[in-house]
Amino acid sequence: MTDLSVANTVARQMFDVESVRKDFPILSQTVHGKPLVYLDNGASSQKPTAVLDAMDRYYREMHSNVHRGAHTLGDRATAAFEGARETVREFLNARSTREIIWTRGTTEAINLIANGLAGKLKAGDEILVSFMEHHANIVPWQMLAERTGAKVIPVQVTPQGELDMDSFDSLLGENTRILALTHVSNVLGTVNPVQQLVAKARKFDVITVIDGAQAVPHYQPDMQALDCDFYMFSAHKLFGPTGIGALYGRESMLEAMPPYQGGGEMIERVSFERTTWNTLPYKFEAGTPAIAEAVGLGAAIDYLNRFDRAAMERAEQELLARSNALVETVPGMELIGTAANKVPVISFKIAGLHPSDIGTLLDQQGIAIRTGHHCAMPLMDFYGVPGTARASFAFYNTLDEVEQLFTALRKIQRLFA
Amino acid sequence: MTAALETFINNPLGKSVTIKDVIEDFEFLDDWEERYAYIIDMGKQLPDFPDDERREENYVHGCQSQVWLIHHVDDATGKLYLLIDSDAMIVRGLAAIILIALNGREPRELLTTDIDELFEQLDLFRHISPTRGNGLRAMVGKIRDIAAAQAA
Repeated sequence: MTDLSVANTVARQMFDVESVRKDFPILSQTVHGKPLVYLDNGASSQKPTAVLDAMDRYYREMHSNVHRGAHTLGDRATAAFEGARETVREFLNARSTREIIWTRGTTEAINLIANGLAGKLKAGDEILVSFMEHHANIVPWQMLAERTGAKVIPVQVTPQGELDMDSFDSLLGENTRILALTHVSNVLGTVNPVQQLVAKARKFDVITVIDGAQAVPHYQPDMQALDCDFYMFSAHKLFGPTGIGALYGRESMLEAMPPYQGGGEMIERVSFERTTWNTLPYKFEAGTPAIAEAVGLGAAIDYLNRFDRAAMERAEQELLARSNALVETVPGMELIGTAANKVPVISFKIAGLHPSDIGTLLDQQGIAIRTGHHCAMPLMDFYGVPGTARASFAFYNTLDEVEQLFTALRKIQRLFA
Repeated sequence: MTAALETFINNPLGKSVTIKDVIEDFEFLDDWEERYAYIIDMGKQLPDFPDDERREENYVHGCQSQVWLIHHVDDATGKLYLLIDSDAMIVRGLAAIILIALNGREPRELLTTDIDELFEQLDLFRHISPTRGNGLRAMVGKIRDIAAAQAA
């Protein structure tokens, strides 16, 4: 816990969505004259006052550069910054803060690893991904494959939107060097059985990389139980600020990897004869980091820690169940992704309507969703759609908002009929 | 090609249907539902787009939906004719309004039209998200590029 956080020693609060919504000032506004219904949390979620205040207080009272100044502000900034790292470590149940690297977000974390693993790959090696990956978990591996002669091979997805386990088992083998898999699909909401898949991969000594961007807003992953080599997420989807994310890396893997970027902070000693690297985690943190953003992320996790996560998950699952039940009330509406285990995300199409039409007309009714390919073009091709409309819920969304979404969809459907 | 040529020349958008008509119609539309129902109807008036012209070189980048745009300059009159197609209904409607404003004009004259002002008059920008606004701008930008090349 950082010294900036609101006291967290009280018993965890019961989960009450109406009181929770008061913590998110942005939610109480109107759009096109209608109360905002924010259902684009998969793209980025909103920030509680606790996060805004922590960042504001950081800049007002303790800002300075970290790990450098021989002065009080430098010490305060460093304590807040490193305190946030400890908060993330605890959140992920990592063994040590040496395993927590700050990055700009999930995308940069994957690029960092893909770069660092180049020396371990040779022609013919295989990198296993899946058809449900975000481009951020495809393209860096393709770039790595181009450099090394390795191949990127996608695991199939079933029509329901689950990973095809037969495909996974048949593709995982002696040539597999890296498994890069999303924990939760950003399009489908599918929760992949990552613990089981990581265990299978580790039998073949495969390096395991799990993209947690869409998982952490809904679940708290446990690095020691999951036993993957790398896991990463972005703060802005976890109710924290943009511009920062965290990479968990198994200490032995991080030790063996070369630095990503060169510059200040990441060095131990620089000379024109020989430059040596700083210790973990600083070896991977060149330049002045996003200090206020790290503090904001710590505050977001502290905020979440106030609540009973199990109660939050139950509330989210109610949103999903209500949405599923209402699909049949909209003529021509069809869900894309009906996995048994899902976070509260629905991707859908409506016969005769382009996703962008749906998005525009929902916006007119104050409802924010995402439309398009969701940076998952291979998955769009698999389903044969140019894109989908996606409503993605957070714990601060209400059952009434679900009703509003479907009332609005019925109105749109009538407009085009 | 003759069929396509006829489609170009006989397109009522910008000829018998003028932007003045649209502006007048819009004044009677009260809310977003009526406004968008009107835009969707406008989209239904777009002439058929030749299937074989849905090619990469005719693709308008920068729109969320797929948009194609082709043009034809009539040698006799020097007028620039345009056809637009999209797989999204609202984009089709906005494309129809663009055509009403810009189709069948001499390139030099077309370049003097302030389309932003027109859309502001229609109060359309306020109702169009920036991403869609970008798509609109991409369409208008491509038309202006074509006109500029012809006028040069």
